[in-house]
Amino acid sequence: MSSVDSPARSVRLGRFEIAAVLALWRREWILFRREWSSITFSATIEPIIYLLAFGFGFGSLVAFTHGYRYLDFVGTGVVATAVLFASIFPAMLDTFVRSRYQNLYDTLLGTPIDARELVTAQGSWIGLRAGVYGTAPILVAMAFGLPPSWGMLLVPVIGFVMGFGFALLGIWVGMSVPSMNTIEYVISGLVTPLFVFAGTFFPLDGLPGWTQTIARINPLYHCVELVRHSVFGFDPGKDALHLGVLLIFTVVCWLLATRKVARKLVT
Amino acid sequence: MRSTTVAGERVPGDGPDEPQTAPVVRASGLRKQFGDVIAVDGLELSVPAGTCFGLLGPNGAGKTTTMRLLLGQSTPDAGSIDILGYEIPRERKHARIHVGVVSQQDTLDEELTVRENLDVFARLYRVPRRRRTAAVDQAMALAGLTERVNTLVHALSGGMRRRLLVARALVHQPRLVLLDEPTVGLDPQVRHELWALIEQLRADGVTLIMTTHYIEEAERLSDAVALMVRGDIVDQGSPADLRRLHAGGEAVEFYGPPHRLDEIAAAAAAANLPTRRVANSIAVLRAEEDCTQRLVSGIDMPAQRRPSTLEDVFVLRTGETIE
Repeated sequence: MSSVDSPARSVRLGRFEIAAVLALWRREWILFRREWSSITFSATIEPIIYLLAFGFGFGSLVAFTHGYRYLDFVGTGVVATAVLFASIFPAMLDTFVRSRYQNLYDTLLGTPIDARELVTAQGSWIGLRAGVYGTAPILVAMAFGLPPSWGMLLVPVIGFVMGFGFALLGIWVGMSVPSMNTIEYVISGLVTPLFVFAGTFFPLDGLPGWTQTIARINPLYHCVELVRHSVFGFDPGKDALHLGVLLIFTVVCWLLATRKVARKLVT
Repeated sequence: MRSTTVAGERVPGDGPDEPQTAPVVRASGLRKQFGDVIAVDGLELSVPAGTCFGLLGPNGAGKTTTMRLLLGQSTPDAGSIDILGYEIPRERKHARIHVGVVSQQDTLDEELTVRENLDVFARLYRVPRRRRTAAVDQAMALAGLTERVNTLVHALSGGMRRRLLVARALVHQPRLVLLDEPTVGLDPQVRHELWALIEQLRADGVTLIMTTHYIEEAERLSDAVALMVRGDIVDQGSPADLRRLHAGGEAVEFYGPPHRLDEIAAAAAAANLPTRRVANSIAVLRAEEDCTQRLVSGIDMPAQRRPSTLEDVFVLRTGETIE
């Protein structure tokens, strides 16, 4: 080949480039700086309302659950709800709008960015946000008497892993659905059961066996357990399993989202 | 096999590191099918460095698919592509470092300012940190947007947006720029602004590939044009060569009722002269040649002499009108 020794050949990119992810984060950061107040409001207000409504509402009927004050039980559980809402919703909507109406993904994939870098950047950015917003219910619960503990410092990390996973699931949904209406089905048919059968508002062991089975395959349940244990005290054996489920879920969603984006956008 | 190297009228920009003869883009036997539709059918392409290459054809000719194939955003069913020594699609990520893209649609980030749009793309194209500010400033100056650094995109006029779209494709100083219908839907003034920008790039030695269905645009900007119909290039060369070869220097256009036009068509065919027929007129090409003169002088009908155009060539070669 005649042009082999042209200077262009000297530039080699890695198979996966952090620089690509950072460039995409830059874009997200600029947008976030402009819109942080509305994003933060919508990401935190709903879980806090759940926390207060259930915490004081049910809390007046049920003072203690499994040895925890009910408000503390809900306060730690709602972390997972906050992470779920702050990740899967923006991921589904942003992905749908950006890929469908703004042609943004198509444009980005015309630059030296591939589907894996794109999906990783979008998913991890939303995951980071979700990890931060996930701490809001803990802070509110602390204001109402939840005692601080060192393990709480891990809550944003757990929130990030869970949020990353659900953001990737959201990207996959956003790329797969044919219309905005289909997202409504996903919200009612998937998001709602995930969030109800996660042991957030009530312990699952008093419920029929089938609900417990659902909970075991629900990554959000494992997130709830992990958050509670990091606040109230770890159970290493079980927690390794919970963490394992979150990681596997995130990896599977990453593979699904990456494959979907690559197939849809590279014709 | 058809010859694939295009002799541009302009001397290609010869960088010190690059032999003039090495084509920047080479594609061979390119084929792409979507379901039953063959979008690109055995395409051969070779674009020398520093030239502007125009892909001219009607909607649905496969121009956009060709551009996507070149960029590696579409995977060919058969054939090979080489861009700056990179094999596409396998090495597309590496090749794209040196390629700028101006898409058909406006894909600017609405909520970002002019500078932010360019800054994000400088990062995406891995412009090193120390050169980034200068690169962004330079792209803004080129597009004449320096006064608008901190304006949000949605507050820009249509012309400014389009120039920003081009500037965004240039922020990393690409060696090859792909422009897909760069002026479609623009008003004439904005179109002329964009043409000036493209001419400047070519003067700077950047290699350009442009799709268009505006004949005038292809004729004015391209060193070489390829006429594309149903997924394949039917003819290519410099606009002047193609005109000379197929349409001659001038055409005589006759206006009249269909049966009279039929007579002229028959007479021209008998004299082996090319004609171009549209609804209410027929153009006899090669009007400057003696045999045409004789034919034309014998016809008693309102006629108009005009220089031949690339459009005559296109209709003659493809049997199709462009718009």
